[in-house]
Amino acid sequence: TGTLAFATLAGLPAFASLTDDAIAAMTGGAEVTEGGIDLTAPEIAENGNTVPVEVSAAGAVEISLFATGNPTPAVATFKFGPLAGSRSGSTRIRLAKTQDVVAIAKMEDGSFRKASATVKVTIGGCGG
Amino acid sequence: GNWARVAAQQSLTQDKLLEFDTFGNVSLIHVTDIHAQLKPIYFREPSVNIGVGGNKGAVPHVTGADFRKLYGIDDGSPSAYALSHSDFSSLAQAYGRVGGLDRVSTVINSIRAARPDALLLDGGDTWHGSYTCHQTAGQDMVNVMNALKPDAMTFHWEFTLGSERVNEIVEGLPFAALGQNIFDAEWDEPTELFPPYKFFESGGVKVAVIGQAFPYMPIANPGWMFPEYSFGIRDERMQEMVDEVRAQGAELVVCLSHNGFDVDKQMAGIVTGIDVILSGHTHDALPEPVLVGETIIVASGSNGKFVSRVDLDVRNGRMMGFRHKLIPIFSDVITPDPEVAQLIDDQRAPYMDALSEVIGQTADDQTLYRRGNFNGTWDDLICDALISERDADIALSPGVRWGPSILPGQDITREDIWNVTSMSYGEAYRTEMTGEFLHVVLEDVADNLFNPDPYYQQGGDMVRVGGLGYRIDVTKPQGSRITEMTLLKTGEIIDPSKTYQVAGWASVNEGTEGPKIWDVVEAHIAKQGTISLDPNNSVKVVGA
Amino acid sequence: MASGVKPRVKVPKKAAAGDVITIKTLISHKMESGQRKGDDGNLIPRSIINRFTADFNGQNVIDVTIEPAVSTNPYFEFEAMVPEAGEFKFTWYDDDGSVYETAKKIAIG
Ligand SMILES: [Mn+2]
Ligand SMILES: [Mn+2]
Repeated sequence: TGTLAFATLAGLPAFASLTDDAIAAMTGGAEVTEGGIDLTAPEIAENGNTVPVEVSAAGAVEISLFATGNPTPAVATFKFGPLAGSRSGSTRIRLAKTQDVVAIAKMEDGSFRKASATVKVTIGGCGG
Repeated sequence: GNWARVAAQQSLTQDKLLEFDTFGNVSLIHVTDIHAQLKPIYFREPSVNIGVGGNKGAVPHVTGADFRKLYGIDDGSPSAYALSHSDFSSLAQAYGRVGGLDRVSTVINSIRAARPDALLLDGGDTWHGSYTCHQTAGQDMVNVMNALKPDAMTFHWEFTLGSERVNEIVEGLPFAALGQNIFDAEWDEPTELFPPYKFFESGGVKVAVIGQAFPYMPIANPGWMFPEYSFGIRDERMQEMVDEVRAQGAELVVCLSHNGFDVDKQMAGIVTGIDVILSGHTHDALPEPVLVGETIIVASGSNGKFVSRVDLDVRNGRMMGFRHKLIPIFSDVITPDPEVAQLIDDQRAPYMDALSEVIGQTADDQTLYRRGNFNGTWDDLICDALISERDADIALSPGVRWGPSILPGQDITREDIWNVTSMSYGEAYRTEMTGEFLHVVLEDVADNLFNPDPYYQQGGDMVRVGGLGYRIDVTKPQGSRITEMTLLKTGEIIDPSKTYQVAGWASVNEGTEGPKIWDVVEAHIAKQGTISLDPNNSVKVVGA
Repeated sequence: MASGVKPRVKVPKKAAAGDVITIKTLISHKMESGQRKGDDGNLIPRSIINRFTADFNGQNVIDVTIEPAVSTNPYFEFEAMVPEAGEFKFTWYDDDGSVYETAKKIAIG
């Protein structure tokens, strides 16, 4: 008795499908495979307002980043020009809470690649 | 009584405490997490220190009788008093106070007499934790530590002085301020002020000391106080630094770390080539190093209570063997270094009236202590103060691991109150929180402590609660550990949608308002006179 | 024009022909997301840098589309090929129509 049933945070499934929608808009519904793309993000954000993320996919024409737990998942799209030294880029992003960050690369052959990373955003405030 | 004290101390002598058969060619002296305790204090080790995942039941997550059995320590012995919590108040009466940097100096001097080029390494959490440290923005500690002549230091609470003050002190520091993981936040680049490592010649051996500051600084403490800096574990860069110093001829690689013990254990399994990790932050005191692969990890306690000595035999660029001793600083047994004693008194002299004012007493069966995963009695008292002085339903107090203990029947001075509360963000806020948010807070902190992956552990203890009971299953994932949250004053289950008046302190949020926590606690103790607390049974722990 | 907007870039002063170099860029900008409420309870209108480009001697290196989830003071780090001596041109496009530019020369040698 007495167990508290806390409601799961409303909106989570909706956010997830928003990300799916955004990815579908990029891929036109084409198949997205894992591998061939690296996404680096901290396990724990030092500050949810500025989370460093780095993405890299050899042979990518463009790479988009999505924050699946934000009210609006789109974050940024890197399009690589003829003088790009590599198909990689880093930026700093806002994460409203603990969530998966997803990177989708559009490859030169028209295929799509996907990587994701979970970033924990914590309230914090204790220490030894 | 007095006879017990005399009998107990007869078995202890300075010579015996410092006895050490000098070994090999290099000596390391490790102090850490002093938290500005210049003078001898009492410090009760934890009775509850739960390990999770792969660290369940592993040191340092062993306490009390299990700990004594593991290390062959006799009940009632000096080691039992120094290293475990059982019979704390009676053993404290017998063996007296511990620590005091004048005694620490004597120990360091004696090691240097045997091994003149021994390296003294300070693991950080040094410039924080007392009245005088707060009033002087760390200067008292800087002055006294400089007299001990450390060779290198790394950092945690120091940064809560604010980056401007930290930079000012570090620029004038007569020894190395190390942190391979201290980065410039703006450009994500290493800083000049905090180099990753420093080389030392010791016993003809080329020793590299790599610093590792507390990785979660902007999470566990207010990041807005040091926005120019970024931290993190950065174990890939640690590996690069180890490889770099080895390539430059390092024969012994020492990591001076403020990671916390379980994080250090995990890092030792990932980064290869570190011979010795001198571990800090989680305040564990271990009588023997823990071996991970070919790395030894040394844990030297907190609050000035211990000094570790590690002698190493380094030949042909390899650590061939070691000898180690965790030296407890029994303050009645170790003669103070008179110069350092004078220096300490000089730091305190301008503040003696304020420091020594007696605010109340403990009842003759009441010990005040903090260490332990859940509420300690000091925290219970602080939570009571918050509820009564700030007229709240529920109190939250941070699960920090610093703060000396008070014995039964002892005066509580203003200094004692500051020793368990002083910080640069000590505002005691009062706010409304929904039951749901309270749950989120408890779950968040619980995951920082009980996440089975050590890299997610921030090394504090559970947030202390007053006026609130709960059940915690430490084996569950975040979001489902905490159940049965109960408002103690009515016995009602906490309603997620209802709003409660919550008082707390040490918020990491900028702009937090309220009276200072030490004033709140002082006012409460003054009204109580004699402190006698009801036993706290409000947290039910499952899965430990 | 938003006030206090200041671009900064880190580009090596020289490289060998054909080298790949790392470039870091920052621009001070509050990046108002359009999702925050002001003191009056109303949403503060969105005002962000929405695009960033880097070009070298007229050829594109990278072209970034930016959403409000990019942090205050947008930061970008990327790699560029340097086929010859010349000049990098960096351009930031603000929601309010402002365009901020800065340039950095690089020598070969
Ligand atoms: Mn500490
Ligand atoms: Mn610490």
